[in-house]
Amino acid sequence: MKIPVSWLREFVEIPENLSGREVSELLLSVGFEVEGVDTVGDVRGPLVVGRVKTIEELTDFKKPIRWCTVEVGAANGNDATPGIRGIVCGARNFSEGDLVVVALPGTTLPGDFTIATRETYGHISDGMICSVRELGIGDEHDGILILPAGSATPGDNAFPILGLGDEVLDISVTPDRGYALSMRGMAREAAIAQRVSFNDPGLVLADLPEAGGTVIPAASDDYQACDLLVLRTLGNYNPAAPTPDFIKARLAAVGVRSISLAVDLTNYVMFELGQPLHAFDADKITGTIRARWAKAGETLETLDGVKRDLTTEDLVIADDARVLSLAGVMGGAYSEISETTTRVVLEAAHFDPTVIAKMSRRHKLSSEASRRLERGVDRMLPPVASARFAQLLIEHGGATFEGTSSVEQAPDPIVISFDPNLPGQVAGHTYESATVEKILASLGCSVDTSKSPWSVRTPSWRPDLAAAIDLVEEVIRIDGYEKVPATLPTAPAGRGLTELQKLQRRAGLHLAGRGLVEVRNYPFVGVAEFDALGIPASDSRRHAVQLANALSDEQPLMRTTLLPGLTGALARNISRGFTDVALFEIASVSLLSADQSATGVTNPPRPSVLQRPSATDIEALEALLPEQPLHLGALLTGALKPAALGAKPTPASWSDAIDIALALGIELGVEIEVSAGEYAPWHPGRCAALSINGELIGYAGELAPKALENLGLPKRAVALELNLSALLAAANVVASAPAIWTFPVAKEDIALVVKADVAATDVLNVVREAAGELLEDIRLFDVYEGSQVAEGHKSLAFALRFRAQDRTLAADEVSAARQAGVDAAAKSFGASLR
Amino acid sequence: MSAPNKSFDPVEVTTLSPEVLAGFVSEAISAISAANSLDELKEVRLAHTGDRSPLSLANREIGALPPAAKAEAGKRMGESRGAVNAALAARTQELETLRDAALLIEESVDVTTATGVRAQGGRHPLTTIQEQIADVFVALGYQLAEGPEIESEWLNFDALNIAPDHPARTMQDTFFIGSEDSGIVLRTHTSPVQIRSMLNRELPIYVICPGRVFRTDELDSTHSPVFHQVEGLVIDKGITMADLKGTLDHFAQSMFGEGIVTRLRPSYFPFTEPSAEVDLQCFVCRGTSVDNPDAPCRTCRSEGWIEWGGCGMVNPKVLVATGIDPEIYSGFAFGMGLERTLMFRHGITDMRDMVEGDVRFTRAFGLGV
Ligand SMILES: [Zn+2]
Repeated sequence: MKIPVSWLREFVEIPENLSGREVSELLLSVGFEVEGVDTVGDVRGPLVVGRVKTIEELTDFKKPIRWCTVEVGAANGNDATPGIRGIVCGARNFSEGDLVVVALPGTTLPGDFTIATRETYGHISDGMICSVRELGIGDEHDGILILPAGSATPGDNAFPILGLGDEVLDISVTPDRGYALSMRGMAREAAIAQRVSFNDPGLVLADLPEAGGTVIPAASDDYQACDLLVLRTLGNYNPAAPTPDFIKARLAAVGVRSISLAVDLTNYVMFELGQPLHAFDADKITGTIRARWAKAGETLETLDGVKRDLTTEDLVIADDARVLSLAGVMGGAYSEISETTTRVVLEAAHFDPTVIAKMSRRHKLSSEASRRLERGVDRMLPPVASARFAQLLIEHGGATFEGTSSVEQAPDPIVISFDPNLPGQVAGHTYESATVEKILASLGCSVDTSKSPWSVRTPSWRPDLAAAIDLVEEVIRIDGYEKVPATLPTAPAGRGLTELQKLQRRAGLHLAGRGLVEVRNYPFVGVAEFDALGIPASDSRRHAVQLANALSDEQPLMRTTLLPGLTGALARNISRGFTDVALFEIASVSLLSADQSATGVTNPPRPSVLQRPSATDIEALEALLPEQPLHLGALLTGALKPAALGAKPTPASWSDAIDIALALGIELGVEIEVSAGEYAPWHPGRCAALSINGELIGYAGELAPKALENLGLPKRAVALELNLSALLAAANVVASAPAIWTFPVAKEDIALVVKADVAATDVLNVVREAAGELLEDIRLFDVYEGSQVAEGHKSLAFALRFRAQDRTLAADEVSAARQAGVDAAAKSFGASLR
Repeated sequence: MSAPNKSFDPVEVTTLSPEVLAGFVSEAISAISAANSLDELKEVRLAHTGDRSPLSLANREIGALPPAAKAEAGKRMGESRGAVNAALAARTQELETLRDAALLIEESVDVTTATGVRAQGGRHPLTTIQEQIADVFVALGYQLAEGPEIESEWLNFDALNIAPDHPARTMQDTFFIGSEDSGIVLRTHTSPVQIRSMLNRELPIYVICPGRVFRTDELDSTHSPVFHQVEGLVIDKGITMADLKGTLDHFAQSMFGEGIVTRLRPSYFPFTEPSAEVDLQCFVCRGTSVDNPDAPCRTCRSEGWIEWGGCGMVNPKVLVATGIDPEIYSGFAFGMGLERTLMFRHGITDMRDMVEGDVRFTRAFGLGV
């Protein structure tokens, strides 16, 4: 909301010496944030009114040029030609005798452009005749600004005439304070802030001449939606009457374009008082003007040229023949004020704010009128605002008053029962009863303090004040938030983070400690990404939650896997010149069950907010949502760690991807089982399925060559993705200390030859089981396939470490345990010692 | 070896005379000190203490002395050998020290070549700032509350007193699932976690809720359709706006330094009343840059305050919607944007840096912010 300070000053006394910035601080003290202070037309220096005396056309140049003499007042001429200046001008839209604005030498125009006397086109140009654009007060291309004849005298200071130098505050008004979207509202706030009295222009009904003429009747079909409709009819309007400059200047300052006097006045009064007004060409009206609901199938072409289909939820203003406007939102093209309009009927009405809000939303149409009406406008204002309009149209447009018609349903006053101690209880601060009463009165409330609790009747211009808490907020706000002290409440003794929360942090720390870099990707994915990854058509990951209004048509889905985001981040890093990249992400994915739709349901539960929803309601709300477990994803290419000097870097391999998962499992006290897996986008021969107690939690290994090629990623990139929620749930929160046996260790290596398709981990498990409790540790340290073993076979080399709790092991004990392992492997897998 | 000889006069066994022994000792000591390496010293030791050394040879003569003379000669011999051995030990130690020092010099490397092998991992600052903030409040006794990112519209809007026609509830601001009527949205703030807390937790409630939220803004240097917030909620008996202010001041000091305070400015949020904007006193200039063109402040743009978030007293309507009696309980809530907080706290100038996953960005923060 733009507020020209000069306009504000019309309704509230503000000390002359206060700058725009100081006025801003005043308003800030009562809670209005001023986002900026602009000065209208960044002009300094001698800018005066001139009258064009003579024009000489200079034709010797490429473009037409005029050499003019301009009367600029006795004080502003030069010595040779008292009261006259010679000026060269390139514009052609003015004539001898026109009143113009002259920038005398020494004037600085916007853009820090200072006018000086100079010789040009063979003449001394001693100033500049200005256009609106050059003065920085408009964008019109029409050339020189011409003032209405007789509106000023040559030599007059042009600043006040043009509204130049006025400071304009840009105030952000929160949606609950619709009353502040006017000079009237802001002036009241400025008065409250200064603790001075306020003469409310919203209470002054303009004196209108006696009515004389035919009045267009008013009607409302639904007093819930429109409880007041006032029409003022005016005749003999001169459609060519210009809008006075001060009104034009003020409208420009608040960001409204001048259209015609009648339209400009509707805007002017709206900004002044806050009441949206609509002027119709009265000659286009048939019968009664009526607020009513639209009928199905009706249409309306609005002022913006859009033909709109109406529904029975649209409130319209209509006459007996047609729909005239979308009530309170936008007028219709048919009945708009035109260059030939001579009779005007003005509509000023009060509407149900939610009706306006719904219409504005449904038609995606937000206007200055709808912005105010959907926030709530003073119910008592339409007669005042419409009279003010009529007064101005009579004064400036030569109109005559034909009469008023109106219909209304009187509103019930809002009376709030109010405990004066409540503001203090909410703020934690003491407010004297007298202070509370004074503040409420300054808002316009009538306060009856004779009984406790008080009875507070709220003013019609504050429809937002409906409950005691609303009054509490006003008392604390006007007294000043800065007066509220600071205390620290004592929470009950806490128990810190939950185990799951601690474990999740630990997982992140562990992975970063291993050299992985965390990323946080957007959760949006698309079918093309599933395709690139080679995820089969039937895969449940394609059954993804679908957005109604995705930012990108390519990514309308919510992720079911972290891999698309990770591959995107990896590609970005590679494109920036990094070859060794190890990324991880911990984030939730959304997994729909087979019977949940990707687009949700059609009739979602909407429990009442007037009480706690029932358990059934809560359950129904939860049932709307997909399962959203945390996943852990990692994607690696190149070396996980740079090599030492002189050594070769080791690129991350399929086994690193698996090891990251296993090591995280060890960190969290969970044994993750590994078996061969087959799952896109992993390489089918290099994919490990990861499980806990037989429950699948994810996959790790090398990505399929085709997927990497599709994504433009380096060959042999490896990845893992697992359900972190499942892993954390299985975590062993309280680790048990191991028995630390200190008797000497006995080390044995064995190499077992098995068929190539036997899983090493299965052999290891069998050997470990059979070797018994003396076996402290077993580790696979080499796999060999080649000429030394039979075709289709491989040799697995294990390092075994034996130790006893209570004695030094004898050689025969060790060899017996070792042999038991070998025998078991032979029995289970046909393994032979190499 | 000579046989004992009772009549033998020790004075006549010249090799045992004090003068001769002293000569042996001084010869040995000068040889010891002349030895310049442990190898040389080894040879000196053999020459002066070995079986063939003058002292050893002289020692053999003691046996031949009459008993009366043996004791005196033996004592003299012991002292002489002791002196030599002490000199040997001292020199050995000296030479070993020299040798060790030389070895260390020989083994020295260019320690500045030890670059490039450090661990390269890192945690995203949006993760770690959530943890840091949670820790501030956990220390006050709060619990860390979480909730789903795909959320029911009822929890995201209705229960928070955001009416069905509120402008935020349009597709211009909110991501809807399926259609605008599905009742499912991507949560636009972490406030539904507050509702979940009020529905599910026992009173009193002290929770801190960080998390990812969504609005339909295109990504640019200051906006992102996916961003993060942290919200705090307290519901207890007798909670006041002063409690809110004190909690915010404590939060500000924990994150930005001793003495930093917050400022509240009136605002509007449907779920709180009274509502306020929270400004943070500039932790860089502490306000000294205001009207001081000689010392401008980039962090607060010389305004002295930084816009930080929103807050207010929980609207009684929200308490009612979750079944909490507003006559008995009151509460406050506050919320801040974490991207914004990171940006001014760490001098991040472009929102996209937090989104794109460039390893340089995350690595710069290590394991914590
Ligand atoms: Zn600063």
